[in-house]
Amino acid sequence: MSDPRACPDQPVSLAIADLTFGYPAKGHRLQDVSLTLREAEICCLLGPNGAGKTTLLRCLLGLLKPERGTIRIQGQDIKSLAARDLARLVAYVPQSATTPFPFTALEMAVMGRTPHLRSGAVPSAADRRIALGRLDRLGIAALADRIFSTLSGGQRQMVLLARALVQDARILVLDEPTAALDYGNEVRLLQIVSALADEGRSVLMTTHQPAQAFGYADRAVLLRDGAILAQGPPDEVLTSESLTALYGATIHVVSVSLPDHPGRVMKTCLSRPDSGWRGAK
Amino acid sequence: MPICVRCSRNERFRTEHEARRARAVDPLTRRVFGEHAPVLVLSAILLLLGLLSLGIGRYMIDPRTVFHVLIQHLMDLPSVGSPTEQAIVLNIRPPRIFAAIVVGAALSASGAAYQTMFRNPLVSPEILGVAAGAGFGASIGILLGVGVGLLEILSFGCGLLAALLALAIGRLVGNGSLSILVLGGIVIGAMFGALIAATQYFANPETTLPEITFWLFGSLGRATFASLQVPALIVALCLAALYAVRWPLTVLAAGDDEARTMGINLGLTWSVVIAASTLMTATVVSLAGIIGWVGLVVPHLARFIVGPSFTRLLPASILIGAIYLLAVDDVARSASPLDLPLGILTALVGAPFFILLLMKLGRRWS
Repeated sequence: MSDPRACPDQPVSLAIADLTFGYPAKGHRLQDVSLTLREAEICCLLGPNGAGKTTLLRCLLGLLKPERGTIRIQGQDIKSLAARDLARLVAYVPQSATTPFPFTALEMAVMGRTPHLRSGAVPSAADRRIALGRLDRLGIAALADRIFSTLSGGQRQMVLLARALVQDARILVLDEPTAALDYGNEVRLLQIVSALADEGRSVLMTTHQPAQAFGYADRAVLLRDGAILAQGPPDEVLTSESLTALYGATIHVVSVSLPDHPGRVMKTCLSRPDSGWRGAK
Repeated sequence: MPICVRCSRNERFRTEHEARRARAVDPLTRRVFGEHAPVLVLSAILLLLGLLSLGIGRYMIDPRTVFHVLIQHLMDLPSVGSPTEQAIVLNIRPPRIFAAIVVGAALSASGAAYQTMFRNPLVSPEILGVAAGAGFGASIGILLGVGVGLLEILSFGCGLLAALLALAIGRLVGNGSLSILVLGGIVIGAMFGALIAATQYFANPETTLPEITFWLFGSLGRATFASLQVPALIVALCLAALYAVRWPLTVLAAGDDEARTMGINLGLTWSVVIAASTLMTATVVSLAGIIGWVGLVVPHLARFIVGPSFTRLLPASILIGAIYLLAVDDVARSASPLDLPLGILTALVGAPFFILLLMKLGRRWS
């Protein structure tokens, strides 16, 4: 399969320029952050806790009003967009969702149709069919009638992803989508996200795993104390030095060759005890 | 067309997912067809119970006579039944039955709306201190010896005042946070509770004190068609407002931030729900006194039958609330020579019922 992604001539879908956000008393949480995201591109946002990753996502989603700077989606400044119009452009997959009420997976997914409904209308059978189709697409149609809160963490994450797909937005925003998943579910989710990007969607996700950026991202953005340290292709930006500086802990970036693709080299990162070796003596 | 993103290259998964899809379409069609069944059944029960209730009370009239009197009256035929029976079926009981339906529907609908909006199954319509405020207004009215009309206006006004104070606390202290709003409501409710106690302390133990006490117990006995017109209109308008936001409110149940990223106008939805629920609650409390537990328990029962989506929860809550209060008022009218206070009965029935519900559903809320 040819790689349709990482084409520098894809149109820009998201352009953030000089974004500054701060709480008056506590100083800046984001300072002069600029980044662009092209169609069919996956961008990983990396940084220690409190670096401003979630703040950046919340600004993009219209949940926080930035102090300065602009966020343009397909050329439109989001300041001039109503919540409903923004929701047609950007869909959000939260880290987790809790509701005390027994909504089924299908009912949760149908909520994604909200920005496409006329005001005062409720989802029709056609809307429910769309939602079921998206659940099916992610391989979880059998869960449609199950109560959302009784599903496993991985299944819930898939339902939330399906809801974002139901929203039919060109940009997907994922906040640490794999934080609560076991390794198998993490790999499955990332592969699906990658396939969604292949179809032309732009994906902006935060993660605590730099290895995910090597495997799946077209761009990596390193954020620390509200400012961008570096951004670009993961192979160039994520080095032992930059990751060590970013997280304040010694991290080694290594190259490995893939057994099923002789000649292809992939990078990943490792850490070990400061004083010697445990696993590999 | 690939069935799942990973499946396009894996025949084994493909067939498995096709089978899953076939299984999954079935519940969808079932839901589409069965959607209106609960509403129809509940409406039929309400209609039947409403007619039966015309015959229920201290003076029992059998359903056949009730039916004949009604038919005769509607068809303008020569009258049957004794004049007493005629007066009861045509004039005395209908306002009270109508009042039970209005009050039950209003309390249950606002309870359902608040529970959904606050994402808290333990919230009731009195959450913003409305009931205590309205009770205080009525107590003052009784203490001053004003007429029925003015008493209801005082009660309604103080109920609204309590909610506005709670809202002001939520806005000034909590910067619009919903949990601070609830705390504000609890504080204001407690304050008006103390003020009610103060009016009772200063009331005349021979005359006004019993009257205040009975008012606070809740009763539908004061209802007349004339006094019901304005409250019924207010309740109808508020129910219509809740109906208009039934979908945004459903999405809000998934979380405020998520609802906003799905295009919901949070401020507008909150305002409509708070205004409609507060107006309705103040209206029915001023009409019937403090009738607890209905707004807390009925939405749970409705959710048990039709699910948590407010689009179905609203009509089901309205109907079940009306049926429930009508049934309880039938008991209040017929169980003893004295009218039993409605608020006491709803609490006596509601509390054990709520414990049953907790045993059935409680694990989900942990």
